[in-house]
Amino acid sequence: MTEVATQQGRSTTEQVLENGQQKFVHLRIQRQDGPDAQAYMQEFAVPYTPGMNVISCLMEIRTNPVDKNGRPVTPVVWEMNCLEEVCGICTMVINGKPRQACTSLVDKLEQPIDIKPMRTFPVIRDLMVDRGRMFDALKRVKAWIPIDGTYNLGPGPRMPEKDRQWAYELSRCFTCGACVEACPNVNDRTSFIGPFALSQARLFNEHPTGMMNRADRLDALMGEGGIHECGNAQNCVEVCPKGIPLTTSIAAMNRQVTYHAMGAWLKK
Amino acid sequence: MVQADSHSQFLLRRLHTLAGVVPVGLFLLEHLFTNSMATNGAAAFNSAAATIESIPFLHFIEFFFIFVPLIYHGVYGLYVAFTSGYNSGQFPWWRNVMFILQRLTGIITFVFIIFHLWTTRFSGKAPTFEMVHQLVSNPAYFWFMLIGTVAATFHFSNGIWSFCVHWGITVGQRAQRVMSYVTMILFIVLAGVGVDALIAFTHTAS
Ligand code: HEM
Ligand code: SF4
Ligand code: FES
Repeated sequence: MTEVATQQGRSTTEQVLENGQQKFVHLRIQRQDGPDAQAYMQEFAVPYTPGMNVISCLMEIRTNPVDKNGRPVTPVVWEMNCLEEVCGICTMVINGKPRQACTSLVDKLEQPIDIKPMRTFPVIRDLMVDRGRMFDALKRVKAWIPIDGTYNLGPGPRMPEKDRQWAYELSRCFTCGACVEACPNVNDRTSFIGPFALSQARLFNEHPTGMMNRADRLDALMGEGGIHECGNAQNCVEVCPKGIPLTTSIAAMNRQVTYHAMGAWLKK
Repeated sequence: MVQADSHSQFLLRRLHTLAGVVPVGLFLLEHLFTNSMATNGAAAFNSAAATIESIPFLHFIEFFFIFVPLIYHGVYGLYVAFTSGYNSGQFPWWRNVMFILQRLTGIITFVFIIFHLWTTRFSGKAPTFEMVHQLVSNPAYFWFMLIGTVAATFHFSNGIWSFCVHWGITVGQRAQRVMSYVTMILFIVLAGVGVDALIAFTHTAS
């Protein structure tokens, strides 16, 4: 292991030393000073503490913003909120895979830990990206249940427990963007809205009240950037941190769309 | 109408996947079947070829049920292959590799079909065992045919898997996995039939 000298003048190695000396975590982070700036790599060695995750490494850098060689740098910019894998905002590409920084434990990662922003989305700065397109996609497929009105509509119809169970799995999507990042068909040459949106359309089409807007969602899925842009590479289901059966959702929506398209045409 | 226009991409894409199976895929099966008659000798192949020649409205059928769908599927397929991303370096999972192979074998098949048609159907020669024998006696041509046959049968077989997802036939994970096995066995069988016929053509007639 190579020797690293930190700003404090301590000299240690990146990995474990038995004799009680400070251990360091070695990180390689892709930096970008602004939306149109050139990206560059920077290496860091932060003091190790047991149970560390990628967020706490980034916080260490913020506390003491120096690179591996002790040179002062601007602190790395990233976003975080829930710190328990429910908000999705801290998603970044860690050792080549899109995942949440808050649940990426240092002890389980190979070092140097390679960290990059999700390039499928516009990078605002460093690891901070704009996932606005995901919100647009949810709006396109009407991923909600319209219940607002001028009078009380009363309780809605009940959902069969059997369906509720799998629908619950789909409802765990937190718009993190991992599936969008991993999909080869989401790129500059296509307008694909992304796997999660197809799964959300399935969720709301299954809901007894959401079903009332079923046709609207299916029309949206047949629109620009819709379900036909999926090429079945199935990376989405591999990277989804919630284990959502995205490929089953996509095939199920393919079936709904097929019937819808044929039905709509034959009824004309 | 804005609405109709926004669905046109969807329709074109669904036509592409349909054309891959019906009629282009069906033709591929028929073609492999006819060619494998060569394993029963030159006479068997020549009589199978003559049967096809005797189909009424052959040129009409050939044009509308083979060439038009094939050109549509092929040209649109090139466009699809060009707009796809390729990231198996970062995500080396089985289906992602198959996704890339589907596009790669499509491109190989495209080049193969053009050359294949040019040297057979549009060569001005009668479609006899002797004609094919002459062609495959050239080792370079034989290997070119072999690669093309393997690529086309892979593309068709893996395409069946993809077709079943695109049309919502295999929905669950287990169904899709079983279909993976079925289509890979189909690939091995079809590639075997195709290569077997190719080898049969290298033997001299009678
Ligand atoms: C022997 C001729 C061919 C046959 C039998 C054939 C058959 C098929 C089948 C069955 C599919 C699956 C459709 C689906 O995914 O739902 C497919 C997909 C595809 N084919 Fe072909 N094909 C042929 C030639 C070509 C050619 C010449 C190209 C040109 C590059 C091509 C490009 C593609 C592409 C890119 C796909 C993937 C479509 C997608 O996943 O959205 N194919 N083909
Ligand atoms: S489907 Fe999974 S990977 Fe995709 S956005 Fe939702 S939680 Fe993230
Ligand atoms: S901070 Fe919310 S998912 Fe990581």
